[in-house]
Amino acid sequence: MTTAQSILTILIVILGTMITRFLPFLIFPEGKTPPPYITYLGTVLPYAVIGLLVVYCLKDSFGSGHYAIPEAIAILFIIVLHKWKKNTLLSIGAGTVLYMFLVQSVFH
Amino acid sequence: MKMKAFKVAVPYTLPICVGFLFLGMSYGFLMRSKGFSFVYPMLMSMFIFAGSMEFVTVNLLLSAFNPVYTFFLTLMVNARHLFYGISMLEKYKNTGWKKPYLIYGMCDESFSINCTVTLPPDVDRGWFMLFVTLLNQIYWVTGSTLGALLGYVIHFDTTGIEFVMTALFVVMFINQWEEAEDHRSALTGLGCSVVCLILFGSQNFILPAMALIILCFTLTRKKKTKEEAVS
Repeated sequence: MTTAQSILTILIVILGTMITRFLPFLIFPEGKTPPPYITYLGTVLPYAVIGLLVVYCLKDSFGSGHYAIPEAIAILFIIVLHKWKKNTLLSIGAGTVLYMFLVQSVFH
Repeated sequence: MKMKAFKVAVPYTLPICVGFLFLGMSYGFLMRSKGFSFVYPMLMSMFIFAGSMEFVTVNLLLSAFNPVYTFFLTLMVNARHLFYGISMLEKYKNTGWKKPYLIYGMCDESFSINCTVTLPPDVDRGWFMLFVTLLNQIYWVTGSTLGALLGYVIHFDTTGIEFVMTALFVVMFINQWEEAEDHRSALTGLGCSVVCLILFGSQNFILPAMALIILCFTLTRKKKTKEEAVS
């Protein structure tokens, strides 16, 4: 790929990304009330999307050599720690360190 | 008003700061190791500003030039932003000149903060959301630039560091779970995604999962309106 082609590729990625971000706002500008169905989706979707993103992060774990066992251990640990301490930064940090330890020293 | 919103915004973005610095650095490392100058990850983080797509773009840049494939792949990987946009139609209302930037910088993490946080009445919502979005973008651009610059200097085993993003979404899921009284939305998202992951595989499950989630919500809404009509 030449430099010009690289730059063009990046510009296309920028364009595609911005289409997905701006489109809803262009279809439903301020003052134009979206139909109740769209508003309803707007209230329930955020909760569903976070679940989707969790699965998205784990999508390749099940096919890996360890059947997502290190992921499962780390996630259980995060759930218990977060229920107990309710500290977002601590839960994320400790969970990641535990996972890194697991994949580097136990499951490798 | 600005300072107050800034002070309220910073603590919410701190976990993202750690996550974005780590992930951004690993992205910068990767770009540098494939022979790209630090200018590439820096500018891509500024202008694409969609983490998973930036990782995908590394592969695209190393393959044969294919603009049509690039365009449709981008739409698919980022289709979740359509969801975010629909969810934020109300919340971004009346934010004036800040609105185009709020939409431009609407990454997963800024969305999840701006969408879920309940602000005290004396904090300006527009400024709060602007600072959340801007801070997150600064963390990400800084991380990826640093990663590329320090790629040859820092040596430690970073295997597994990408789990920070999983941990982030798991914690957000728990936070949302505890705030919501009705857990059906969260369970629908999780359930549909797992079913589609099994059926379609890790490369193709995102779009079917989104379609199934919307279908489930559409069906349960119709049922709900009928029940209300009967009673």
